[in-house]
Amino acid sequence: MRSASKKLDPTIHDLVPKHEVLSVEEAYTVLKQLGIGPEQLPWLKATDPVARAIGAKPGDIVKITRKSRTGGEIVTYRYVISG
Amino acid sequence: MLSEEMEKYLEERISQLRDQIPDTALQKLKDSAKGYPVELTKEEIDKIVELVVEDYKNSLINPGEAIGIVAAQSIGEPGTQMTLRTFHYAGVRELNVTLGLPRLIEIVDARKVPSTPMMTIYLEDEYKGSKEKATEIARKLEYTKVENVVDYTNIDMASMSIEIHFDGDMLRDKGVSIDDVEKAIKKLKIGEYTIDKPDELTLVITFSNLDNITTLFKARERILSTKIKGVKGIKRAIVKKSGDEYVIITDGSNLEGIIGIKGIDFKRVETNSLHEVESVLGIEAARELISREIKKVLDDQGLDVDVRHIELVSEIMTRTGEVRQIGRHGVTGEKTSVLARAAFEVTVKHLLDASARGDVEEFKGVVENIIIGQPIKLGTGMVELLMTPTSR
Repeated sequence: MRSASKKLDPTIHDLVPKHEVLSVEEAYTVLKQLGIGPEQLPWLKATDPVARAIGAKPGDIVKITRKSRTGGEIVTYRYVISG
Repeated sequence: MLSEEMEKYLEERISQLRDQIPDTALQKLKDSAKGYPVELTKEEIDKIVELVVEDYKNSLINPGEAIGIVAAQSIGEPGTQMTLRTFHYAGVRELNVTLGLPRLIEIVDARKVPSTPMMTIYLEDEYKGSKEKATEIARKLEYTKVENVVDYTNIDMASMSIEIHFDGDMLRDKGVSIDDVEKAIKKLKIGEYTIDKPDELTLVITFSNLDNITTLFKARERILSTKIKGVKGIKRAIVKKSGDEYVIITDGSNLEGIIGIKGIDFKRVETNSLHEVESVLGIEAARELISREIKKVLDDQGLDVDVRHIELVSEIMTRTGEVRQIGRHGVTGEKTSVLARAAFEVTVKHLLDASARGDVEEFKGVVENIIIGQPIKLGTGMVELLMTPTSR
């Protein structure tokens, strides 16, 4: 990926919603609640600038809190994959 | 209108519904209950809340609904009205912006570089109020090479020197002084030379160690293509008043390049280059940008499409963690079903490759089931139930 010299935290930008890495227990509860396997979630690459900024490793589940145009704040999840 | 007691009661009811109903709907419920001209009783509040919940649940999409098809038609139908206005450009002062159908195609094709890349740069508090300060930053952004400010050059073979005549108007326009050019040239490693300034707009560079003309010509090329200032990719930067602040609009986009430039409010920088946003700000930002850009194009043409359809498009494009186009090299091309891919484009190649690999067709999607004349798995047809007969 690009931009190794110029370090800037992408999470401050307006376009980027809040990302949080879930603990194993939380991730388990989420998957149980949705009744799906982790790979059925949308994916997030481990090389994604935001994933690197929050230190997400492949196998983690990231909770994303977006501002939705229709439903206020909504919560989605992404499964971190290598690549 | 609500008495204090009832307001508390309503709050309590609403907090029970937090996980079932989105915040905006609850907020609207609260606002309209408060704004209602008649005072509401406890029973009435119960009834209202009950109706809201029922109404909300009724308007949810049913499991098995073909939302993709609905979205495709909802964007496609108004899209047909756009076709007549293909290649419509609207001038933002001196800049051209691709709008309408070409831009829409560009977004769903996820092109690496948009045909008219553009940035809107917002400035920090101390800069945004003054036009002079904004112009100063804008000039710093514009990518300027030596050749942009040169009128003509002469090569003197006898003394092995290059004479550069500058264009005074261009120098003023770009905000560059001869000293800046001299500084830029000095950073180059082109051998030993001396620089003379016979008049205001001329530089004479005399080389002492070059022996043939070819190297002299090469040296001229090197000098002319030297960057004086600016950010790569930004062809022009224009200051424009937007609301009560000055913003910079640029022709060309380089999100990474403007990081760290003083006075720029990076938090609010906008660009229409999807690929740059993906690599600098991540996939979620790209998702949001796709939604915004499609919405902008449609709104611009006066077409009213529900955002949910647009968000479905951006969601499917960013599902795998990278931006995929809607088409052969993206979403459609990665379908698991052989027949569905073959039905789209390059039929023979898909069928041939599939048979060579020994692929299995599972008949789970819509297209492949229609091809062989089977009911498709949609709506109530999605449920797979088999009766186990037992002996009486």
